[in-house]
Amino acid sequence: MVDDPTTWTPHLSSKARLRWDEVGKQHMLVFPEAALMLNETAAAILKLCDGARTVEQITDTLAQQFIGADRQIIAEEVTALLTRLQTRGLLEA
Amino acid sequence: MAAPRPYTLVAELTYRCPLRCLYCSNPVNFHALRAELSTEQWRQTFSEAAKLGVVQLHLSGGEPLLRPDLPELIGHARGCDLYTNLITSGTLLTAEKLRQFRDCGLDHIQLSIQDSERQTAELVAGVRSYDKKLEVARLIKEAGFPLTLNVVLHRFNIEHVPALIAQAAELGAQRLELANTQYYAWALENRTRLMPTQTQYAQAETAARDARARYRGTMEIAFVRVDYFYDQPKACMGGWARTYMCITPTGEVLPCHAAHVIPGLHFDSVRDQSLSTIWRHSPALNAFRGDDWMQEPCRSCPQKTIDFGGCRCQALLLTGDAAATDPVCRLSPHHQVVVEASVRAEQPEASSLVYRDRQNSERLSVRS
Repeated sequence: MVDDPTTWTPHLSSKARLRWDEVGKQHMLVFPEAALMLNETAAAILKLCDGARTVEQITDTLAQQFIGADRQIIAEEVTALLTRLQTRGLLEA
Repeated sequence: MAAPRPYTLVAELTYRCPLRCLYCSNPVNFHALRAELSTEQWRQTFSEAAKLGVVQLHLSGGEPLLRPDLPELIGHARGCDLYTNLITSGTLLTAEKLRQFRDCGLDHIQLSIQDSERQTAELVAGVRSYDKKLEVARLIKEAGFPLTLNVVLHRFNIEHVPALIAQAAELGAQRLELANTQYYAWALENRTRLMPTQTQYAQAETAARDARARYRGTMEIAFVRVDYFYDQPKACMGGWARTYMCITPTGEVLPCHAAHVIPGLHFDSVRDQSLSTIWRHSPALNAFRGDDWMQEPCRSCPQKTIDFGGCRCQALLLTGDAAATDPVCRLSPHHQVVVEASVRAEQPEASSLVYRDRQNSERLSVRS
């Protein structure tokens, strides 16, 4: 489960690396033995996971970036992605 | 058919190694394969691999630390944005080398551990190495690297799976690979001594499954099966030359590290052609792509797009025909060979251990 969004400041674990994939023309999260292809939203979320911003601040920043998008939907997407990555050990607090 | 995008390159930088492991996957005639690629040839190969779409690079061997140009190769691989993993036995690692590798951009280290107990670990490795490996695991963590521990499982250590898991957690590994021995190369020579009983295997699998839930989010636990104990074949390498390639120390491009056992296939070398040309056009890589090569019972089987007919090397080694159905499959007319081998494991023979070393390599090369 994702920790408290007002205090949790996630960042990628040392084994995971976010990179641009020139062949597939999309961002990709690479880690031992596997890689996840990221859509534009997922890549935008992970770029903000710097260990300083809280999950709430990440959501706020995205809401400003994607003008017109529903903040609630963004918050749900952020939570869904971070939960998935945390379960796989790809995030650190 | 059009060549698919490769994601993974295993670069076997050398067959030289200070260890003599009973299950080594290097070819039994490794002693005759000494003309290693140059630094420049490897650099060129990594650049071409990245352009083809490769994401994961495993620097393997033998022991890759025996290549003095290893830091340069790591630096070049990272420059190509490859996720660079060093697969090592660890015995030659030092804090200074780890700092150097970190400065060159190495992403990850995979260290082999033979057992949680010194005596069996060293019996299997054929050299003293237990204490050094534990020390090196700590140095790797201190240097800030993410660490995978890889343990090859067999009769000598399979009952220690709970202890191996506890040891990996204590050492701070992010990933533990409990990889049951696959019976090719040196492991096939030692099969009657290495294969566990079905009971031992089932207990290990349960222990790994329980631990996986316990360590979720902190340590990933992978468990590679003994395919002999099943009746559906593994989707070997995710299909022949589909997402994975292995380049040998001498430059041959293979679909897996064992494929040179298949007679009649000529594997092209990056010494003579570009990697891109080889990946797309090498007759050996195209030999078992897709399903045109399949015979019955694979040809009309609905599983063929899932298991790709199993493993070509195993088909060759156990049936004599690389295009046959993997005999692990219950539909294979040769399935009995696999069943008999697993039954024999219940009453192991007192055959001698064949260590992976030069002397044995010379002896076995004469035989073949």
